[in-house]
Amino acid sequence: MSEALLTALANLATLEHLFHLALGVMLGLAIGAFPGLGGIAGLAIMMPFLYGMDTVSALATLVGLVAVIPTSDTFTSVLMGIPGSSASQATVLDGFPLSQQGRAARALAAAFTASLMGGIVGAAILTLFVQVARPLILTFGSAELFMLALLGLSMVGVLSGASLVKGLAACGLGLIAGSIGGAPATGEFRMTFGIDYLYDGLPLVIVGIGLFAFPEITELLRRNRPIASSRMPAADWFEGIRDVFRNWFLCLRCAGLGTLIGAIPGLGGTVVDWIAYGHVVQTARDKSRFGKGDIRGVLAPESANNAKEGGGLVPTLLFGIPGSGAMAVFLGGMVLLGIEAGPAMVSSDLDLTYTIIWSLALANVLGAGSCMLLARPIARLTTIPFNLLAPFMIVVVSFAAYQATRQFMDLAALLAIGVLGVLLRRFGWSRPAFLIGFVLAPQAEGYLNLAVQFYGWGMLARPGVVVILGITVVSVWLGARGQRGRGRGVGSAPTESMAAATADGSRRSPPARHVGPQLAFVGGAIAVLLYAVWSSLRLSPLGRIFPLSVAVATLVLCVALVVVLRVRPAVSSANVDLEYDADAAKGAEQSGSEAVAGSGTWRSAGWFGVLVAAVGVLGFLPGALVFFLTFLRRKAQQPWGLTLALTACVIVALAAAANLLLVELPGGLVAEYVDQPWLTGQVR
Amino acid sequence: MSKMDRRKFLGSAALGLGGLGLGGLGGLGLGLAPSPTRGQSPDFSGRIVELIIPFKEGGGSDTWGRFNAPFLSRYLPGQPTVVVRNVPGGNSIAGANRFAARARPDGLSVLGTSASTQFPYLMDDPRVRYEYRDWRVLMAYGTGGVAYVSAELGIADATELGQIADRELLYGSQGPTSLDLVPVLGFKLMGLNVRPIFGMSGRGAGRLAFERGELNIDYQTSTAYLRNVVPLIEQGDAVPLFSWGALDAGGNLVRDPTFPDLPHYGEAYELLHGEPPSGPGWESWFAFFTAGFPAQKLLVAPTDTPDEIVAAYEDAVHAMRRDPDYIARMPAALGAYEQVTGPAAQRIYELATDVPQSARTWVRTWLKDEFRVNLEA
Repeated sequence: MSEALLTALANLATLEHLFHLALGVMLGLAIGAFPGLGGIAGLAIMMPFLYGMDTVSALATLVGLVAVIPTSDTFTSVLMGIPGSSASQATVLDGFPLSQQGRAARALAAAFTASLMGGIVGAAILTLFVQVARPLILTFGSAELFMLALLGLSMVGVLSGASLVKGLAACGLGLIAGSIGGAPATGEFRMTFGIDYLYDGLPLVIVGIGLFAFPEITELLRRNRPIASSRMPAADWFEGIRDVFRNWFLCLRCAGLGTLIGAIPGLGGTVVDWIAYGHVVQTARDKSRFGKGDIRGVLAPESANNAKEGGGLVPTLLFGIPGSGAMAVFLGGMVLLGIEAGPAMVSSDLDLTYTIIWSLALANVLGAGSCMLLARPIARLTTIPFNLLAPFMIVVVSFAAYQATRQFMDLAALLAIGVLGVLLRRFGWSRPAFLIGFVLAPQAEGYLNLAVQFYGWGMLARPGVVVILGITVVSVWLGARGQRGRGRGVGSAPTESMAAATADGSRRSPPARHVGPQLAFVGGAIAVLLYAVWSSLRLSPLGRIFPLSVAVATLVLCVALVVVLRVRPAVSSANVDLEYDADAAKGAEQSGSEAVAGSGTWRSAGWFGVLVAAVGVLGFLPGALVFFLTFLRRKAQQPWGLTLALTACVIVALAAAANLLLVELPGGLVAEYVDQPWLTGQVR
Repeated sequence: MSKMDRRKFLGSAALGLGGLGLGGLGGLGLGLAPSPTRGQSPDFSGRIVELIIPFKEGGGSDTWGRFNAPFLSRYLPGQPTVVVRNVPGGNSIAGANRFAARARPDGLSVLGTSASTQFPYLMDDPRVRYEYRDWRVLMAYGTGGVAYVSAELGIADATELGQIADRELLYGSQGPTSLDLVPVLGFKLMGLNVRPIFGMSGRGAGRLAFERGELNIDYQTSTAYLRNVVPLIEQGDAVPLFSWGALDAGGNLVRDPTFPDLPHYGEAYELLHGEPPSGPGWESWFAFFTAGFPAQKLLVAPTDTPDEIVAAYEDAVHAMRRDPDYIARMPAALGAYEQVTGPAAQRIYELATDVPQSARTWVRTWLKDEFRVNLEA
């Protein structure tokens, strides 16, 4: 082992290796900063060059590229509330409120320092772990994987906000949304409405962006102020670094968590950030600030998600089974380079494995280091008036969503889920709970199905199952402790600036005669659930059992909600309507003026609709052109000079991105009749 | 970006700024870009050739496409840039549908299909809107597979299969209509008592469950078998039974040249039953086996692509097979099977896509009776 380590070190220390690693890192950062692209597009650019390189250099570039994807996507998560990839969804919860308070530099510095630390700790753990990983991973059977999915779901307890019933119901809706598409056990298609797009289920990127970024952008548009509501403190950047050292043990725990969960094949890295986030909320003594800009809510997911990439190497290298999309690309690259993943990676090729692991750590240092330097200038983005920033953000978000499957339907799905996100936010339904349900639905169902077939009730006697069950119980108990008196909970919490909008900062429940909109929303959820029940009755027993039982359970929760809202609206913590609050606040400011609830939100959301419609008809580039011109003139009321300049910038940038990254943009209806390459961004 | 590209690029950016109406009109004019035409030897210089892979980045098909792209780029006339474009969705159905609707016979966009594209076509999946008869094959690439069992079953090779004929064996399948149809139907016809467990996320997941002891029969395609199963056999955890086999020039099932010591499926059947397999079930298995393994990857273009362009592709494939770089990298990246073109590819293409209706119907009925899979829904 020590010999292999030394060989790896010698490999690593060569100038050539470092150069190629840095090359990969720069490429990965540039691409990762673009939400939705991830490292997959990076590989596409790199492939032609891979052939000219020798194996070690090519591998170094590849590792550099993969390592930093969860680093640079932090920029959009923190600054704009746009989760760039599944790895940074939880970062949004506290990172974005921090930006809104003018603390973007602190949040970014803390995130990157945590990333850096997570990457190094991960590599250190892996160095020892990789030796024993094979037998250990093999102890994780289907039953254990199902229990891990349950552990993930149990995080809903601390993420559901003030009302546990609503959090569970949101999770149930997420589980139903996650079971759209082919059933794991039988391949039957569920709730697809005959739409081809839904046969594969809804893409995670779109659900993440629709739930988190869409409602926030809509809200900011309505208020039309810079993202940062107050001035940025000068020495905030150092404060962020200090935060990591103050919470070093938390970062260490989350890095370990990230490495181990990332190493388990089958669960995937998609929930690592949520489990880390749930962990910090559960173990924190003072939970009152989570969801409103608690720095620990940034540290936990960020230290876990870089460590996760290291953990993800284990199944990729040892079993040839990639744990994530980025790892699948990495494995593909390895195959092309003639490196064979398999058991040999921990025996005869151990030095190669160590080279990869420590290259990954080094790449993290390089990547996080460069991001640190950029953090302060880039944080200034949050001080730009939102009317100027918004059209960029809307286009970027749509571009990111379109990367999911590269069909126009991606944009339609974004719009639909975005509207759902707005409603969930307005009525205080936990969006993280919904997302966790969505992410874990296929895993929970798939592994339960397998576990039951392999073990039956015997699964409960497996030691691994018992251990994980114990951890779940403890974690739920930890979460329940201190749940009382926490006030408005995580995720569903109104952001700081929102709370400030109410007269005294404390929120009021709408009186009984104003619960109509809430009841209508619950009614809508009930209708969806009834449809889920009805449509699952046509399926075979194996395809039916999961959506049916989830839908029935969620129906019970929804009916309970209706009862609570009807009978005791005044005292119920489930009674939340942010629109009512905002109107009440407005009423306090300008007494007597009649406010129409929600109209501002829908007008703002309408701008997304304008873009999607324009793209649908004209194609992405011309659609974005029309959207930019309209938005800047009509909404932002900018002079023609600035309008044209900004529009030109964005069109050129989009066309350049499409060309350099070999990404095809949607052509729209026009492209069906006019065969024109520049409609789809192909302007060579 | 070359100077030429940049000029075009800036030009169209300016065009975009020039306003939509004007842009649309300009677009109509530009739509008549020159493309290689009939009767001349094609020249792709300065052009982009799209190799459409209807799967996500990183999988087997993607790797296959990305392995070939630079070599095609090197040997197609005019050395065009060959880019792999991934169009995932519906397990390759979406990308193939789109190719069927849009591709032009100019050799500038070609599609790499896989067994997952062929199977739903053969089963008349209602989502399929492509027709293999509308395409012609440029290159075909096959693979093989080896079935193996857990050493705990106590048999040494295929000759002792009879000893476990009554035992319930568990096999991890990705789904009744996936490529795993070939092993599941194969075991069934052989009379083995194999219970398929559906819901595996891939062949790798099946192998992992086998290693965990949750499953006791499995198969892997050749490269994965060599990398990950041979070590298990050496450790004494797994026992190889038979390969699916390969096709000879006459289209007959023969031993897989990668595994000359293992009996092929037909031989293993004969070891168990004393006579070679026959009947409609066998014919259906053979048809789907051909579509799934010897014809696993097909590079196709629209059928009205001029012969000159097809010939250019065939020449490029011949040339790249002599490239020392190709020879050095091929075994590790794709395994020991040769990529074929011309008449050899054509024969495989026909065997795999022109399957008799009787076999297609038989499989559909079998799926319905056995697994209640209703493909009309």
